[in-house]
Amino acid sequence: MSSTTAVADAVPHARRKHNSLHRQRAWALWGSYIALGVFVVIFLVPPFYTLMTSLKSSAEMSAQQGNPWIVHHPTFENFWYLITYPNFQTYYLNSVMITIVVVAVSITIAVLAAFSLSRMGFWGSQTLATGVFLTYLIPASLLFLPLFRIIGWLGLINNIWCLAILYPTLAVPFCTWIMIGYFSSIPKELDEAALIDGAGYLQMLWRIFIPVAMPGIIAATIFAFTVSWGAFLYPLAYLYTANQMVLTVGIISDLIRGDVFLWGKIMAAVVLASLPPILIYAFLMDYYVAGLTAGATKG
Amino acid sequence: MAEVSCRKIVKHYDGGVQAVKGIDLEIADREFVVLVGPSGCGKSTTLRMIAGLEEITEGEIWIGGDVVNDVPPRDRDIAMVFQNYALYPHMSVFDNMAFGLKLRKFPRDEIKRRVDEAARILDIGMLLDRKPRALSGGQRQRVAMGRAIVRNPKVFLFDEPLSNLDAKLRVQMRTEIKKVHQTVRTTTVYVTHDQVEAMTLADRVVVMNHGVIEQVGSPQDLYHNPTTRFVAGFIGSPAMNFLPVRVQDDSNGGLIVRVTDQIVLPVPPARVDRYTKYNGREMVLGLRPEHLFDYHESGRPGHARVDLLVDVVEPMGMETMVHFFIGHDPVCARVDPATRAEPGEMLALAADLNQMHLMEPDSGRVV
Repeated sequence: MSSTTAVADAVPHARRKHNSLHRQRAWALWGSYIALGVFVVIFLVPPFYTLMTSLKSSAEMSAQQGNPWIVHHPTFENFWYLITYPNFQTYYLNSVMITIVVVAVSITIAVLAAFSLSRMGFWGSQTLATGVFLTYLIPASLLFLPLFRIIGWLGLINNIWCLAILYPTLAVPFCTWIMIGYFSSIPKELDEAALIDGAGYLQMLWRIFIPVAMPGIIAATIFAFTVSWGAFLYPLAYLYTANQMVLTVGIISDLIRGDVFLWGKIMAAVVLASLPPILIYAFLMDYYVAGLTAGATKG
Repeated sequence: MAEVSCRKIVKHYDGGVQAVKGIDLEIADREFVVLVGPSGCGKSTTLRMIAGLEEITEGEIWIGGDVVNDVPPRDRDIAMVFQNYALYPHMSVFDNMAFGLKLRKFPRDEIKRRVDEAARILDIGMLLDRKPRALSGGQRQRVAMGRAIVRNPKVFLFDEPLSNLDAKLRVQMRTEIKKVHQTVRTTTVYVTHDQVEAMTLADRVVVMNHGVIEQVGSPQDLYHNPTTRFVAGFIGSPAMNFLPVRVQDDSNGGLIVRVTDQIVLPVPPARVDRYTKYNGREMVLGLRPEHLFDYHESGRPGHARVDLLVDVVEPMGMETMVHFFIGHDPVCARVDPATRAEPGEMLALAADLNQMHLMEPDSGRVV
């Protein structure tokens, strides 16, 4: 009798517990939806407005009638203007060229540095690794005056190639830090197996570490690309003629003429400038396969 | 094939930790030697020094007649199997096994021939195109062994290769490893903390503790003739029972060991001479659970009756382990599964004193 009562008592108790869990989950989901909704609005409204403005003609913009968030007579005239505008072509080409060089240089330095700091275990490697991270914490705005002296000394003021020296100072520390993290997550038995199999350090890096740490390299590549593509301060300070400029500075120096803002063209330039990052993210994310190391060791 | 020789090897780590304290060990060509001991005893460090993955602080390691202290791992002609497999995750099973041969610039045909042969021995031929993540734990460990076999090295080194496998697979892989050694007959050094693995695999077992070798011998030798209390307790499962006793004369000119006032065990006549000089001293009696079993009236000479209060009964199917306390010391007996043993009841046991061990309490030396 008593055991029957105990069972009867236990069932509603279990149901209560289940209901309370269900309620907690519902609240958590609602909280998540609201937070995500706010983020989506904050992050997607500006690009949406940019795209809408880029599709408007000057006449539609100056008419100031109707809902400014909607395009009534879409046109590609702003895009066509930019595509056929020689200066814009130069900025674009300069940005692409310098970004390719900066990404290549930064990733090469970061991978080599991170491999030696995280895997070769030499005296002082820990201190150096911390030093690399501390370098990243120094703001670019503090560095650009001393760097100006150095670039001037090298005779590279108003030379696009000065950016190939300057941008890695921003990208390399963080990329190295990312790569140290990735390399450290690779089991040390993998190096030891490679050493016993007959690999030297460079072979180990090239044939084991780089393929295994590809997600990390892609993350670092995206970071280096973003730094190089979007940097504003350095090109503004070091470059001043149109043939040397990159997109970020070229757009505002060329499309803001005195107190006349060519909003349609500025926004179209922003859309065109945003295409490479979107493509890079979309393309590299496909290769960003999390858990590539699965199966290397007991999981 | 090669012999391996460790001569007075010492390993100090930064911070003053001395992991290995002067080990001398000669391993013959084709021999299967297992280093066994508890965590931190220095067995893995010793193996890693043989592999060249740890620098040797003092002493010399010889492989195949050459001192290899300053030879990098790749030039020692050794192969190693790791506890967590250490397979290259981005390579197929074939490429994992072929990696070492490719680095050594073997011809393509030869690489294929060797990988196929190793895959045949290990029965992994159908897995060659798979990536490690698509394999089970046992299959991964086979691939790791395959990677070692294809190189046809002078020495195989195994660092606790079965520790990550479940109990059933471990037993299966243990047999596989033994079979592989019987096939390829390569000198093998194998590290484990599992004494059952050590006993079943080894030609010779090296028991280590606190960075030194406690005893080296065949599995049977270590089991029946341990030289220290540590070895006696480490080898055998369940572990040997240890009881503080006093050695005394008996009225017939023989010797007895007094466990308590009620439990007095006669020393078999064959051992009296050996233990006479310890007469009157406090010693430690060692008796394995399998030498404490059901009492029968028709017991053999050297069997002594002991009646004990049952504490816990563990039926295991083919045998039953029964636990007791004598004073504060736990005692385990291995009895017939048909024996009726209930907690809280007395059970009559026979102690086979022909198998007893007597140890000095301070040094732990078996006398």
